[in-house]
Amino acid sequence: MQKPIATTRSATGIPTGRLAVWWVLASEVVIFGGLLASYVMHRLGHPEWANAAAGTNTWIGAFNTFVLLSSSFTAVLAHQAAEHGDGKQAARYLFMTIGGAATFILVKSAEWTHEIREGFTITANGFWSFYYTAAGLHAMHVIAGAIVMAFVARDAARGRELQRVELIGIYWHFVDVVWIFLFPLLYIAK
Amino acid sequence: MAQTHEHGAHADHGPQGILKYIWSTDHKIIAMQYLFTGMFMAMVGGFMAYVFRMQLAFPGTSVPLYGVVSPAEYNALITNHGSIMIFWVAMPVLIAAFGNFCIPLMIGADDMVFPRINRLSYQVFLLSVLVVLASLFVPGGGFGGAWTSYPPLSANSAYNLTRLGASMWLTAVALEFVAFLLGGINFITTLMNSRAPGMKAYDIPMTPWMIVIASIVFMLSVGPLIAGAIMLLFDQNLGTGFFDPNRGGDPILWQHLFWFFGHPEVYVVLFPAIGMVIDIIATFARKKLFGYKIILYTAVATAVLSFFVWAHHQFIAGIDPRMANIFTVTTLLISVPIAEMLFVSIATLYGGSIHLTTPMLWALAFIGEFLIGGVTGIFLGASGADVYLHDTYFVLAHFHYTFFPIAIIGTFAAFTYWFPKMFGKMMDDRLGKIHFWGTVIPFNVIFIPLFVLGLGGQHRRIYNFQNFPELQHMQPLRILATGALIVMLFFQIFFFWNVIKSWISGPKAPKNPWKANTLEWTADSPPPHGNWPPDQLPKVYRGPYEYGHPDAPEGMDYWPQNLPPQNQPARG
Repeated sequence: MQKPIATTRSATGIPTGRLAVWWVLASEVVIFGGLLASYVMHRLGHPEWANAAAGTNTWIGAFNTFVLLSSSFTAVLAHQAAEHGDGKQAARYLFMTIGGAATFILVKSAEWTHEIREGFTITANGFWSFYYTAAGLHAMHVIAGAIVMAFVARDAARGRELQRVELIGIYWHFVDVVWIFLFPLLYIAK
Repeated sequence: MAQTHEHGAHADHGPQGILKYIWSTDHKIIAMQYLFTGMFMAMVGGFMAYVFRMQLAFPGTSVPLYGVVSPAEYNALITNHGSIMIFWVAMPVLIAAFGNFCIPLMIGADDMVFPRINRLSYQVFLLSVLVVLASLFVPGGGFGGAWTSYPPLSANSAYNLTRLGASMWLTAVALEFVAFLLGGINFITTLMNSRAPGMKAYDIPMTPWMIVIASIVFMLSVGPLIAGAIMLLFDQNLGTGFFDPNRGGDPILWQHLFWFFGHPEVYVVLFPAIGMVIDIIATFARKKLFGYKIILYTAVATAVLSFFVWAHHQFIAGIDPRMANIFTVTTLLISVPIAEMLFVSIATLYGGSIHLTTPMLWALAFIGEFLIGGVTGIFLGASGADVYLHDTYFVLAHFHYTFFPIAIIGTFAAFTYWFPKMFGKMMDDRLGKIHFWGTVIPFNVIFIPLFVLGLGGQHRRIYNFQNFPELQHMQPLRILATGALIVMLFFQIFFFWNVIKSWISGPKAPKNPWKANTLEWTADSPPPHGNWPPDQLPKVYRGPYEYGHPDAPEGMDYWPQNLPPQNQPARG
């Protein structure tokens, strides 16, 4: 489809795609903000939830934090390659980021399977309800981001729409930042 | 047709035939999809109001076209009337339909910045419509826990008895939010980036400004409720206890999440309506808008304050009285910028050359009727008075005195104003005026009695007032309100007749029938795909409200935004 003239204009000086991604993130911030604020208020009102939180595995959480942060690093390298017009290299870095996302999800699946087997299901208690809801919503964002990233990488490898490499990178950093909030709130606070 | 041929190269691409109307990425077609879907839902919601008002006026009798209303059906009807009128009428028509139609045309762009996301937005919205309509017919019936959907009633099917209905209602609302987030991002980005060359921030007409401010308020307030909707869906279907006090949850949390969105939502629909009303008033007063920046700044002030008033809905929910004091103050504060906005609009009329066309009548009625809604809100915002008035018909009447002017009067003002641009035909002014008086007079006759009923202590969620002997003597007022509703619904026939008649055989509309300044009136009526020929997109040289300007070209009391200054004849 031919792009409308409207899409090519830039009255603010910020490219339209980047502007839109920032607004997407603004709407995401309030979604996660609402959920996490609800969790924190409940957690403060229920000191006994610390006993449930003791059931989480901080080391697995820390490993996943490392994986996700590393995947953000390759997203930055992809952006750099795209800036230099090297779509093929950008695509390679994006696929490495997708690999990080896949690792994150696989580790999380194993972690959840283990926890559910031990009886820590979403209905076990309030803490576990928030644990699965918040981390689950985040995981949905990881999966969705990885799928979109695959399309962006496919285009980038053919040298098309290289500006999208930066846009998916911005989104990916956001997913990262959400996890930076989730990790201490769900794993470290015991 | 000649027009299409002229810039055929641009109009040709895209789907053909019937697909042109259901798979189009043209912002005007998407606006029509939203508009007609919203109008259809308005008929559904209006029919629901008719059925439960009949039950209240004549309890237990068979309602013509419906039958006997059971208590569960009554609850489902009021719940879905409220939800449909707000989420599936006010929002799609005021924000999505007029936003889609007006924003690109009024800022001189050929389309939205993301046309395919725009199409997706409508498709998600349509899905939400289908889900909410289907939820009325599933086993157990439609959800009956009011549009606020408070837990524990909404969270547990053992209490609400509508297991499927409740979850489908919630899913539909969540889908609707997704649709409006997609649309809102498009609106905001389009206004920020795609304005015509030369159009600075203060050259933007009020309608696009207000729709975009509304989209931002919506985007920043709806997030917590989306999180809350996920939690409530899990409570309903997975058995979690987010809102169950027996299991460490908190039902008041939902009220916070809901009203953190629910109160700004009032301004989300108010802003577009007031923006369009202001544009109409300036055009038909033939006078420069009084206090452009004041209106804009008060709108921003209202938008900011609207995030700090939500707990006035919870004065009797057991919140800390100290918190109630704070929210009383913020709530009374927010009436200041709103009042300022309305009075500044009145100031535009002073010394103007007022043309009482149909759109102008609607716009003036909006100001008058919304003032009544605003003033009665003061009583409810003050926590002392609210303890008595909470959940009475006074609240209901106040609410409808704000939302009816917004969603119905504001919409008719905008619809009759832009109809020539949308469909290329002029509407019949006489039929329009009959419809106007036949709507506005009964509207007051419906809701003034409800204020009286509320002050008399009538609680809002009661199925049959025969069970309350102390409220019996007010039955004539209930019958009066129901009678007025039927009269009002009857007069809508004039509207539909007018639309169909004008569309088929109305006089052809010129480019600029109202002699207005804004850019949409420089395009053809109706504008083709792309709005203007690609090489003739307008440029902007001045603000949108230069009526009666001494430097305007000879013989013109208006000065369109796109006319270059050198075109004016030498003066003197």
